[in-house]
Amino acid sequence: MTAQDYNFAYLDEQTKRMIRRAILKGIAVPGYQVPFASREMPMPYGWGTGGVQVTAACLTPDDTLKVIDQGADDTTNAVSIRKFFQRTAGVAVTEATDQASIIQTRHRIPEAPLTEGQILVYQVPIPEPLRFLEPRETETRKMHELEEYGLMHVKLYEDIARHGTIATSYAYPVKVEGRYVMDPSPIPKFDNPKLSDSPAIQLFGAGREQRIYALPPYTQVVSLDFDDHPFVASKADHDCDLCGAGTSYLDEVITDDQGGRMFVCSDTDFCRARREAGHVGRLGTPAPSLEAAQ
Amino acid sequence: MTAPLRTLTAETDRPLLQVQGLTKSYGARIGCAHISFDLFPGEVMGIVGESGSGKSTLLSCLAGHMAPDTGRVIFDTGTGPVDTVTMAEAERRRMARTDWAFVHQNPRDGLRMGVSAGGNVGERLMAIGARHYGEIRATATDWLARVEIAADRIDDRPRAFSGGMQQRLQIARNLVTGPRLVFMDEPTGGLDVSVQARLLDLLRGLVREMGLSVIIVTHDLAVVRLLADRLMVMKGGHVVEQGLTDQVLDDPQHAYTQLLVSSVLQV
Repeated sequence: MTAQDYNFAYLDEQTKRMIRRAILKGIAVPGYQVPFASREMPMPYGWGTGGVQVTAACLTPDDTLKVIDQGADDTTNAVSIRKFFQRTAGVAVTEATDQASIIQTRHRIPEAPLTEGQILVYQVPIPEPLRFLEPRETETRKMHELEEYGLMHVKLYEDIARHGTIATSYAYPVKVEGRYVMDPSPIPKFDNPKLSDSPAIQLFGAGREQRIYALPPYTQVVSLDFDDHPFVASKADHDCDLCGAGTSYLDEVITDDQGGRMFVCSDTDFCRARREAGHVGRLGTPAPSLEAAQ
Repeated sequence: MTAPLRTLTAETDRPLLQVQGLTKSYGARIGCAHISFDLFPGEVMGIVGESGSGKSTLLSCLAGHMAPDTGRVIFDTGTGPVDTVTMAEAERRRMARTDWAFVHQNPRDGLRMGVSAGGNVGERLMAIGARHYGEIRATATDWLARVEIAADRIDDRPRAFSGGMQQRLQIARNLVTGPRLVFMDEPTGGLDVSVQARLLDLLRGLVREMGLSVIIVTHDLAVVRLLADRLMVMKGGHVVEQGLTDQVLDDPQHAYTQLLVSSVLQV
């Protein structure tokens, strides 16, 4: 017996309707934070209540859902949200990026290129990029309204003054279609170039802050920088130790207390696919035995 | 009331700021009433009066922080005179970042306390589109020197500064974009006398050097004596006397001005 006997995907239809209206408005005004009446969800704030509501409003019974947390399909947050929608919506789930029609993500964009028809849903803790510089909501709204974004560069200035380079490495502010400055949620700045000109729809849901914003397909997204300190999409200067990939975003894993460490792809699906295709990294073993070990 | 007087530094015939019949009341209580004056380029105008006399209300209305009930504040922009009360907010805020400056009594109100001195000075530059770090930093260093803050303090936060330094930093932050009109609300309040004297000296230098027009609100007659060309005395929301500073202070006509001048202690 599941909830879908009386309703589909947990939320009631009026709520989904309200969220879809916010999403449509967000898509019509790329980068603009649309307020919405966020519902209490059966999980704590910070665990993706905003993303879950957006996903629930977008899901249809024919969809295939993929959920990732920091790029991984098998972490607590990803597993519990995936199970949640399996129970409440009964949709098919997958770990393969190219087979999913909706991908809910926390802190990463998948390595595999997204395609038209896919929806990427981000979980956003703090949607306001100016928040830590200007605590007043009335004032930040006014700043968005009047396009007063000098303050965002003050943050980058402070980075360079203190660290010599722009040290902001995640939640790196972007400007959307030359208009709104947007917080891309805490994705590493390595992923920032993938925001721009993406064929997929990108939706951002902040549950606690009650905001939804969106990037329609093929939207121009520019990372802010200075003329003499241009934006650099940085990653750890290594190859993946399991699959040998040199271009993917890496997690650093401490392996012992003797200074041992390894770097592995944060996108587990990307890494698995590469190993299955026969790629082996410095510490990796060929794919079948690895799968057996897991 | 006497007719607006011209000063020697005023070079043009057109006033920079024209205030006409400005009134602001808080319910039945009067904030300031029927204020009219002209301010010419390069002129420093002092507004004095006791607490509650409406001088801060007047300044807020002039600077666009508060909307007056009636009256016009006409500013001579680069393209011609514009009524700042009815102009679009976006435009008014842009003007507040470029042509205008506002120095608060408490530097905490005017500075970003969590941002380094260089960032504080650079904010207005970045707000009007500066996107070259090296140039922003060079300008900030230059301005810190002009307000007598050592160059090696550029990456310190204002929290680490003394009160006088914070006030000087606030002045640098405001003047960096080369404004034409500066509003000052008790800029020397809360500073001890020797620091006050240095700050006044610095301000006087900058005002003369940059040819600034200034409207300075204060209750300290020494400040206006040193800085202001012209003086307006306010009481109960009304202007009771105005004229050249020396004239008003040396030969006060209105009873309240006489009281004000005679209350200053002669050491």
